[in-house]
Amino acid sequence: MKTEVSVSKKKKEVLANLRNLGARLYSQMGEGVFPWIKMPSRSIQNIFYSSEVRQYVLGDKTVRRSSRNIRHIRPFTQLVWAAYFAHELAKNRKTSTLRDVYYSAQAFDVAFKEQPESNNIITDLETAVGFAREDFNVFPEERSAIFGDLTIAYTVRGYEGKQYNLMSHPDGVMIGPALTSAEFVKTSADMVIAIEKGGLFTRFIEEEVHKKFNALLVLLGGQAPRATRHFIHRLNKELELPVHVFTDGDPWGMHIAMVIISGSANAAHLRDLTTPDARWSGVWATDIVDYKLPSDELTPVDIKRLYELQKDPRYTGDLWQREVKKFLKIRKKAEQEAFSRYGLTYIVDKYLPTKLKEAG
Amino acid sequence: MVTFEEISPADFFYRNRDIAGFTNPVRAIFSAVRELVENSLDATDISDVPSEIYVRISQDDETELGVNIYKLRIKDNGCGIPARHIPSAFGQVLFGSKYKLKQARGTFGLGGTMAILYGQITTHKPVNVVSSTGGSKVYKYTLVIDIQRNRPLILDRKIQINKEQWRGTIIEFNLEGDYSRAMPKILEYLKQTALVTPYANITFVDPRGRLYKFNRVTTKTPPPPKETLPHPYGVDVETIQRLQRITDCRTMPDFMQKHFHRIGETISLNFLEFAGFVKTADPQKLKREDVSQLVESIKKSSRTHRGFPKNISVDGLQHDIKTTKCRNLIDFMKTHFKEVEKSVILRLLHRAGFIQTKDPRKLRSDEIVRLVRMMKRFDGFLPPDASCLSPLGEDLLKVGILKELKPEFIVVSQRKPSTYSGHPFIVETAIAYGGDIPAKDDILVYRFANRIPLLYDEASDVSVKVIRSVNWRRYKVSPSMPIAILVHICSTKVPYKTVGKEFIADRPEVKKEVLNGLRDVARQLQHFLTKKEYVARERKRLDVFSKYLPKIARFSTNLAGEEKEPDIKALLRSVRKFED
Repeated sequence: MKTEVSVSKKKKEVLANLRNLGARLYSQMGEGVFPWIKMPSRSIQNIFYSSEVRQYVLGDKTVRRSSRNIRHIRPFTQLVWAAYFAHELAKNRKTSTLRDVYYSAQAFDVAFKEQPESNNIITDLETAVGFAREDFNVFPEERSAIFGDLTIAYTVRGYEGKQYNLMSHPDGVMIGPALTSAEFVKTSADMVIAIEKGGLFTRFIEEEVHKKFNALLVLLGGQAPRATRHFIHRLNKELELPVHVFTDGDPWGMHIAMVIISGSANAAHLRDLTTPDARWSGVWATDIVDYKLPSDELTPVDIKRLYELQKDPRYTGDLWQREVKKFLKIRKKAEQEAFSRYGLTYIVDKYLPTKLKEAG
Repeated sequence: MVTFEEISPADFFYRNRDIAGFTNPVRAIFSAVRELVENSLDATDISDVPSEIYVRISQDDETELGVNIYKLRIKDNGCGIPARHIPSAFGQVLFGSKYKLKQARGTFGLGGTMAILYGQITTHKPVNVVSSTGGSKVYKYTLVIDIQRNRPLILDRKIQINKEQWRGTIIEFNLEGDYSRAMPKILEYLKQTALVTPYANITFVDPRGRLYKFNRVTTKTPPPPKETLPHPYGVDVETIQRLQRITDCRTMPDFMQKHFHRIGETISLNFLEFAGFVKTADPQKLKREDVSQLVESIKKSSRTHRGFPKNISVDGLQHDIKTTKCRNLIDFMKTHFKEVEKSVILRLLHRAGFIQTKDPRKLRSDEIVRLVRMMKRFDGFLPPDASCLSPLGEDLLKVGILKELKPEFIVVSQRKPSTYSGHPFIVETAIAYGGDIPAKDDILVYRFANRIPLLYDEASDVSVKVIRSVNWRRYKVSPSMPIAILVHICSTKVPYKTVGKEFIADRPEVKKEVLNGLRDVARQLQHFLTKKEYVARERKRLDVFSKYLPKIARFSTNLAGEEKEPDIKALLRSVRKFED
């Protein structure tokens, strides 16, 4: 088992970065200068797709935020507060949510006007410090789940070192702060199968897909939360497990897979959220034809989205171009559940093996 | 059958009391207070001591048949009234000491007596007057007015020894009124009077025994006005005829100089020549001694006027006169000494006795009419001077406004004297901002004329019209700002539109001065508001820095794991761009 960055080492790095930010501002004030920071610009003009790292990255442009500027000083203070708050969280190994951050600010008289403002400051902090908010213990509300033979060791307070096997609970285990910050101990799995919808996730557990394919099953729950994307990244990097993503056969499902593989522009300032080697294993437009799946007509919105994706730099691969074209040609879409017309176990017994074989 | 009869002035005002402001019980009690307070203030302005006015309204009797009867008592420390004039001053309409060409609050000799007359006809009770000019005696009169004959009837008269050398006047009489409804106006009137008379102590006790005191904040009084002569622009035929009867002048230049405002020898001669009232001898008919006298005068004048030759001889001039075609001496002199101004020639001829004018007492009526018309057409008169006026002055106006309105900012302006129809007038303006001034949708306007507050018919007043015509936005004034504007017009003849003295007509000359006065103060208000806005903006800026910078310091200190917070005082000082 290969552990690229151990969780505790990363925690130390996060704390150090936050402290450095504080120290920099502290010394600026000591020199009689209005404190300021410089960080990469997140404006659209500075977001580029890098085929090298196979995700969106930020360019060379930087922005300088100074407390000397009357328009900047409030968000600047909020940023410093957010750093202080994140530092306290990380130091005390407590977790928090974006909503929580929004409310906590009020206690320090640096209140945010609305949730998006506070979210934006957290994103600023990610950019300034170079770590995802999950690394300083600010988690989204959304939850997704995992099931399969993976033993982890908790690092959260009160559970330090305690081990747990993720097959212990038949509903799967929520990918929350405790799991996200856990160290991997051992696994017998050979692959990861990520599934878009909860219904199919449950079916896969019932049909013992984890045993039949020796796989870890991950429920994405629609567009996957960043914690889940990071977790999949770790499964791929640290445990060197190939990742297969199963989604609905429509432009939206296709893009859920793509975000896991190549990330989103919104997270261009972050790394370790993508899994470039993950494979989208269906449902493809080709599958709709080949398996004669019950299908619906594409809506105008679907079609518009397809044209957008066609031009998207992440979609340059042959598979992606082919499937986008196919969707546009057949003008049909199909859900994962469409395989049920061939019986409840068809998808596991016939379709899945074929697709996984195709993927190699 | 139609009958004709004559009525006395008292009878006239008895029948038409509405025009003097005695319309109804509410208005009547207000007007009575106002007229008598104004008389008292006029009386104290003449004397040197600062005004001390005491007003009391009491109600001895209960309401009779739904009518409220009040007793009004007003006491002042003014000049007092000579004993022999007391009965007429209070018992005769249109008898007074103010028919002079100088500024006073009252002008008609009407108001005080009207109040008493009103009291008499509503209560059938006499008036008590106590007055002393500071001499050895105090006179007490009890009077009623014989309305039909416009004569006082003395019911009682007492003379007391003036032990304390008291000087002043006390008037006490009964009248019908409605104090409870008049109260707001009376109090407003007294407040505004106190504003424009900051050197006066005004005490008021109302029927319910409530005491209102308006204390003086200065003992400085504005310079008293001097009595003045009529300005030729404001003169009419009747004025000339009256002057004819009393004058002792025998020549028109003397007449002009003695009886009219700002006319000297030169202007009188220029005017009379312009108006065709000057005659000179036919040069041909001058005797030799006349010519030699003229030569002497010319020689004398040659020292000051280059146009006259020094070496002029009697023979030479005689020769020139013989050959001239001019039929009068002025024309001859003008053609002969081309470089000399006409007014100099006129003066020379006048002094040498060559100018003949009529005896002013013998002017025919057509000549009087022509004289008056020419006076209006002649443009060589000097504008009237303002010594007959008594504006409050910028300093007193300022302290008065500060005292009664308690504003945050005040700016006052006094315009230079100006005239309309030969009447001099001065406009004083002020703008007060903030402090105790309420913020209303409409700008608060205080109008004064000859130091009288004008409280009624605001919308018709010239000042209000001018204020409405100004684009206040230009001066950074926005609606609902706490702003009060004050306009004071003083004149020997305020152009009131009514006898009730409530609002001022919009004469173009007055309008222009009011507008210019308002612009003066509005510009300064604009500066103030601009600066205030700047300071407010900078203060807000500083507040933002003061709020957030310490937080940045605290969070950073904590993050950096330091103990002592950095000193941010210098940083805060550097963003402070205003002074308190």
